[in-house]
Amino acid sequence: MRKVAIAEACMTRFGKHEKTSLELFTEIGLTTINRAGLYPRDIQALFLGNCLGGFGEGQAHMAPFVHSAMGLPMSSPAMRFECACATATVAIRNAALLVGAGVYDIVLAGGVEKTTNLSTSLATRTFAMASHAQYETPVGITFPGVFAMAAHMYADKYNIPLIELKKHMAEVAVKNHYYGSKNLKAHFQKEITVNDVLSGIMVADPLQLLDCCPFSDGASAVLITTEEKAKKITKKPIYIAGMGQASAGGLYVQQDITKAMARKTASKQAYLEAGIKPSDIDVCELHDCFTIAEIIAIEALGFFKAGKGYDAATKRHTYIGGKVAINTSGGLKAKGHPIGATGAAQVTEIVEQLRDEAGKRQVEGAKIGFVDTMGGDFGTVCNIILTA
Amino acid sequence: MGKKKEIDDRFKKFGTKSFTLTSKVNDFIDYLEKEKVMGTKCKDCNINFFPPRADCASCLKSDLEWFDATNDTGELVTFSKMKYGPIGFEKDLPYTIALVDFGDYKIFGRIGKNIADKDIQIGMKMKVKVNKLDNDRINYIFEKI
Ligand SMILES: [Zn+2]
Repeated sequence: MRKVAIAEACMTRFGKHEKTSLELFTEIGLTTINRAGLYPRDIQALFLGNCLGGFGEGQAHMAPFVHSAMGLPMSSPAMRFECACATATVAIRNAALLVGAGVYDIVLAGGVEKTTNLSTSLATRTFAMASHAQYETPVGITFPGVFAMAAHMYADKYNIPLIELKKHMAEVAVKNHYYGSKNLKAHFQKEITVNDVLSGIMVADPLQLLDCCPFSDGASAVLITTEEKAKKITKKPIYIAGMGQASAGGLYVQQDITKAMARKTASKQAYLEAGIKPSDIDVCELHDCFTIAEIIAIEALGFFKAGKGYDAATKRHTYIGGKVAINTSGGLKAKGHPIGATGAAQVTEIVEQLRDEAGKRQVEGAKIGFVDTMGGDFGTVCNIILTA
Repeated sequence: MGKKKEIDDRFKKFGTKSFTLTSKVNDFIDYLEKEKVMGTKCKDCNINFFPPRADCASCLKSDLEWFDATNDTGELVTFSKMKYGPIGFEKDLPYTIALVDFGDYKIFGRIGKNIADKDIQIGMKMKVKVNKLDNDRINYIFEKI
């Protein structure tokens, strides 16, 4: 395998957009190519992540239309990837695998989503379509419900009173909104307090409104290439040191939803390939679709022991300057969660951190970064380790 | 023009809203109507599947038989009371979703509305039972023993 690098990574502001998904991705894709000093003709393939285009905008098969709007060569194929919330990370991993294998030299990968044009209940249904349609959907499953079940289970398993766990979960939201307030691309750029979280409306017991990430619109694109080409394009190439991806089925076949075994499996592959351990990671963007999701993830990724990660934000272990800086972009929680774009935006944040370009939220001297994206009810996990 | 072929779309009546109309395990719905919540068991491997499968991933054969899960006792793994649901579930709210472990298999479903919130405890013994819904729809719920 050839060494694979990221030459450029960009994202739109996350939040509400009036543009179509096609326009959103075209805009950020061309920005990425332009910033790299390249032309559309240089792109050899487009791996486009998107989940809801079909029923949100009546647009399936989005990739070839984006391809044409971006002026890519006919001989450079464009295709859509879909792995629920992990969509863009999976697109990037596949681009990196093919560049590594020598099939392509330059691939544009990323994703786009529009969700704010759907009503909350319709968005809830469309998001829940990433659950098992035959057996989970008819029950009335929702993603807040899945993570609410994980929260109840976590409290019981580690003998933490739910009221205490909820305060620590709220601290995760406070941290991520704090970093969101320093990110001009974030959906929410406003700090919040523990009390704000604990006084919000109940969505799925015990998750209240501010325990949940928002529905957002946005796009993000990443230019994947060889080490040699990346060095010509940029003074600061970022390297892909390790990757992993794992799959699991419905909730009823999973061993333990507080541990997300697919995440353990995927991250083990990534750590092994990179030859590093969790304590080597300086900065990590992980899948905090809900506050409890961040707690579960920091444990499964090996930053904290099982049952010991719940008070990490409270003790500031996951702030910049703590044990490991988690979600300095604001995370899904504050930066926003346009599902098909999320993974590429996580990669973008890590690229900025490792290039020392993260401004007010810079992790001093960050050299190794970790990306963790989870799709559906723990069905897909994709991890990427990046180095400066 | 010939006679219109009947479609065996029994699965459309499962739960509050079902996107699935037809399935290899349509008999699951007939059993629900007979008060049985059935999974499938591979005759060769002796593995229980719930929800029911038509193909065994262990021996790669499709020789499965039905077993009745209503006879088994499980333990509540976890739960959550939903205050918001997807479109189509408004009338059901609030409802409590849950995962119950029966040892060989787990079932995801709802806890019966007759169980008070304060009586729901992780680890409690539960059984699965058929539940009739409005408009001739049908599902299963978990009940305390
Ligand atoms: Zn078998």
